[in-house]
Formats: sequence, structure tokens, C-alpha cells
Amino acid sequence: MTTAVTGSRILAALAEVRDPELDEPITVLGFVASASVVDGVAEVHLRLPTYFCAPNFAYLMVADAYDQVSALDEVVAAKIILDDHFAAEAINEGVAARAGFVGSFGDEAVDELDHLRGDFLRKSVMAGTDVVCRPLVAAGATPADLATVVLGGVPHSPALARLRRRRRELGLPAGDGAPLLIDPATGEAVGVDGVPLHLRKARLTRTSLDANTSICRGMLRHRYPASSEET
Amino acid sequence: MYEKDGEKYFVVDSHMHYWSAGPDNWVPGAEKYAKGWIECFHAYQSLAPESTHWPIEKFMSYTEDDLMKDVFTDGYVDVAVFQPTYLTEWYREGFNTTERNAALGAKHPGKFIANTRWDPRDGDDGLKRLAENVDRYGSIGVKLYTAEWNNGSRGWTLKDPGAYRYLEKCQELGIKNIHVHKGPTIWPLDKDAFDVSDVDHAATDFPELNFIVEHVGLPRIEDFCFMATQEPNVYAGLSVVIGGLMHARPRFFAKVMGELLFWVGEDKMTFGSDYGIWEPKWQIEGFVDWDYPGDEFSDYPRVTTATKKKILGLNAARLYGIEVPAELRLPDEEPASRDASVGVSSASPAASLGG
Repeated sequence: MTTAVTGSRILAALAEVRDPELDEPITVLGFVASASVVDGVAEVHLRLPTYFCAPNFAYLMVADAYDQVSALDEVVAAKIILDDHFAAEAINEGVAARAGFVGSFGDEAVDELDHLRGDFLRKSVMAGTDVVCRPLVAAGATPADLATVVLGGVPHSPALARLRRRRRELGLPAGDGAPLLIDPATGEAVGVDGVPLHLRKARLTRTSLDANTSICRGMLRHRYPASSEET
Repeated sequence: MYEKDGEKYFVVDSHMHYWSAGPDNWVPGAEKYAKGWIECFHAYQSLAPESTHWPIEKFMSYTEDDLMKDVFTDGYVDVAVFQPTYLTEWYREGFNTTERNAALGAKHPGKFIANTRWDPRDGDDGLKRLAENVDRYGSIGVKLYTAEWNNGSRGWTLKDPGAYRYLEKCQELGIKNIHVHKGPTIWPLDKDAFDVSDVDHAATDFPELNFIVEHVGLPRIEDFCFMATQEPNVYAGLSVVIGGLMHARPRFFAKVMGELLFWVGEDKMTFGSDYGIWEPKWQIEGFVDWDYPGDEFSDYPRVTTATKKKILGLNAARLYGIEVPAELRLPDEEPASRDASVGVSSASPAASLGG
């Protein structure tokens, strides 16, 4: 396999890693500083918008990058290195040793991060609900329509596919017969009376996520001015 | 006071700083944290118009003259509220202490309100220091950092019994305003420092105190809004919202403002420049000129001149009992009254949704 092909495969693998908070691939966010494979050894450098970006999220991204890159056939060993971060040493060593977040931070970390990831997946479901519902509402769908529509009854779109993937990751109903509007904590369908508030919450969650992403991008550009957003 | 198109705006900058962050103030052995912290702040300044950017050297150590010029001479601010940030683990004399702020305030009577701080992990000694600071500086507000390090602990919550002792003490000492930093944070491991549910509990149990959530819970604005809409004494501190989004990301700014106006309401939103991160001048000028950029925002609450007057100064003046000259008040507004400062949540359009 040529180096160029390996390079694109490693980037494709890294594109599967998302910032759990922003719900975007780290490749799109510009968090991958470099990625290479030499003689079966992959070396990936990651960078974040600030020195103090939340270490729990940083840990998740480094660990997920490790898993994705290690899974490539041509990779025998993977080194994932977070650069320029106050907790870089603990995170890099912890991930390399497969220590888990508690193992990496000792007393400073009370629990593993799965529940945190779940919280943010639920936020992604809410934000994704706004993306999918907005055109339906613009086309005249009423709360009663939205309370009864199922996923299979919504026109195909990348936004719908993404919403279904996120629901599947959470173990929430994602098949054609599942209701479009559900409570992401319980999986229960939203009743017609609850639709206006549910849509308001969905829109707010998307706004919050987008605003946060835009601040992170602005900070990254300041920190690494020569970089483009797309890696 | 800012005047535009015949309208006069009384301006209270309810969240600003006077820090000392140069190498001469770094704790030996903690230099990388002290440097990393101020560089992180400096990166936020890059979200402002380029003509207002400072070199890092000035940003670390701006002077008293810089502050007076930027905030009052050029910046239209009538009264500024100092919010302290100690960070004594990294900065020898603290980053921005009550003492440092109050010393500057003492030279300029009537210009500043010096808030103080507390940390429940300081126990009885901390309660004593709080009382001393209130006595010495007349503080009626505090700034709290629930994510701050303290003797091996990596954070606390307002729900902790220790925090309740301090909140009770605040009431006893006449403190009215609890500014809680819920936003870009210092050391948020898996103790979720962005979580705002602790404010919900405290606001319910201490209805006479006002809780101003600074940075509106960014990056979790939604959690903040769902909570604030149910609590009459919870306010949205707009520091970072105006400074970080209005210029850099105007469309997101419009959405965030629309959401805050919907969920929290214009009577419970307060302007804070976050100086020295951002100068107040461009924020105030831009906000007075601001409106939603287009039709797609039509289902958010409208923004009027009265909305802007409330957000830029009248709301915070009410919280702090600042007397507003008669010609700068809204026509139907009563003179500043402490009792009016809580229980105004019915103004939120979100109230009609039943939360």
C-alpha cells in the first residue's frame, strides 16, 4: 500500500472521531495537526482551541483516535499525541497505557466518562431534531402532524440519517416505524401537547451547540493562524 | 452614558476585571499554568474587532490609566462592577483580588462596585474573611467559581451544605447578588463544572438572593435556559455572549440573544464587558445598533430601545441599588428598589409554555 493511500485511510479513520461536545468530526474541526504511518507505526498529533480545553473531552478524543487508528490493518502500533495542552502528559500516557480516565487522573477524576458521552449524545439528538423538523414546519406541518409522523415518513436527508445514527448509538428507537419526536432520556414519544415546547428545546439545544462550535473555531484560528479549518 | 439617535442609555458594566498577569506575578513552579491561563484569555480577545486587539504584553499588565480610559472615558460606562478572580495557586498576589479592585475603586468614588468572593472549602476562616470584606469594601455581591482548585479538591457545588452556610451568611451580611461563573472554565475534569443544576437548588432555597449566571452557562446555554425560566431570581450575565459572538459570529449571536430573550426575558439579562478581555466601547455601540439580521428570526421576541436600556444598565442598576438619573429611566419605571429585584420572571415569554 502506498503512503498516500495509507494517509487517506488514517484520515478517514480519524474522521470517525467526534468532539463529543460539538458533535463534529475532529478532522472537520481542524483538531488533527498531522497524521502519518511509517513502517506500521501511526503517529497522530491532535491540537485543541485552548491550553485549558476540558480534559475530559480531550481524553475522549485521544482515546477514540487511538481506537480508530489502531483498528487499521496496516497499523501495528499507534501513537496519539495531544499537543499544547495543560493535561497533555497525563492524557497521552493514560491512553497509551489504556489506563482509562480514572487511571490517568487518579483522585482528580471520580468516574469514567461514559455518562458524559451519553449526555452529549442526547443533546445531539435534540439538536438533530431541530435540523430535521425545521423544513417540515416550514412546509406547514402542525404539532399534531409532528406528533404522529414516524422516521420512515420523513424525506431522506443527511440530517435524518445522522439523527437515526445518534439515536441508535443511545439505544433509542431508530427504525422506520419509530416516532420522529421522542424524549431522548426515555425514548417515549412526545404527545401533541408537548410538541411546541419540545421543538423550542430542540432549537435552543442546536443554537447552544452551534454557538459553542463557533467560539471554539475562532479560538483555534487565533492559536494556529496558519491552519485551515479543513485538515 | 451612551447617546445615539436621541436615546440615552445608562450603562452598568456588571462584569469586569482589573488583573495582574505578567511574569512578575507568576508563582514559581506554576508558570505554565499562569501563562496558559492568560494566553487563553487573550485568545478570546481575538473574537473582537481587530482594531481593539492588544499585544499580549499589554493584555497581561494593563494599567489603571488604560482601564479608566477604556471603560469610562471612551467606554460610556457609568458604574462598573469588579468581579474578583483569585487563582492564587498560579499568581503570587492573586490574579484579580477584591483588595486590588477596591484599591482602585477607592481612588474613583462612585465609579466602581467592588464585589468579593467566597469558597465553602475555606470553612470558618472563610466566613470570617467574607464578613471582613463586606465590612471593609461594602460588597453587596460576590463572584463564585465552582470549578476552582482548593487544597486537593477539584471543585464544589452550590448544593453542598458548606455552600449553604455561606449563602445564609450572605443574607445575614446584606449581600444580594451571587454571580456564578458557569462558562469556559479552569479545571473541569469529570466534576461537571458547566452543570447549572446546583444554581437551581440554591435559587429555590434562597429566594431573597439574586443568582446571575455569568456567561449563561456556555457551552450549555440550553441547560441554563431551561433552569432560568423556572427561577424568578436567576439572571443571565451576558459577558462572553456579546463580546465573543456579536462581532465574530453575528448570526449565532442573534440566535443566542433570541433564545435568551425567549427563555429568560429582557428584565433578567445584564451586560458585562468582561474587560480586559474586551473593551466595552465597541460592545455598547454595536449592541445599541443591533437587531436580528433577517426574517428567519421572526419568531423570537422583538428587541426594542427599552430592551437595550434594560440590558445595558437598568437591570443591573436595580440589582445593585444604583440610582439612575431621572432622564435615563424608562418612562414607567419606579426609582431603584431592592424589593423589585426579584420575582420578575413573568416577563419571560417562555412562561406561557409552562416550562
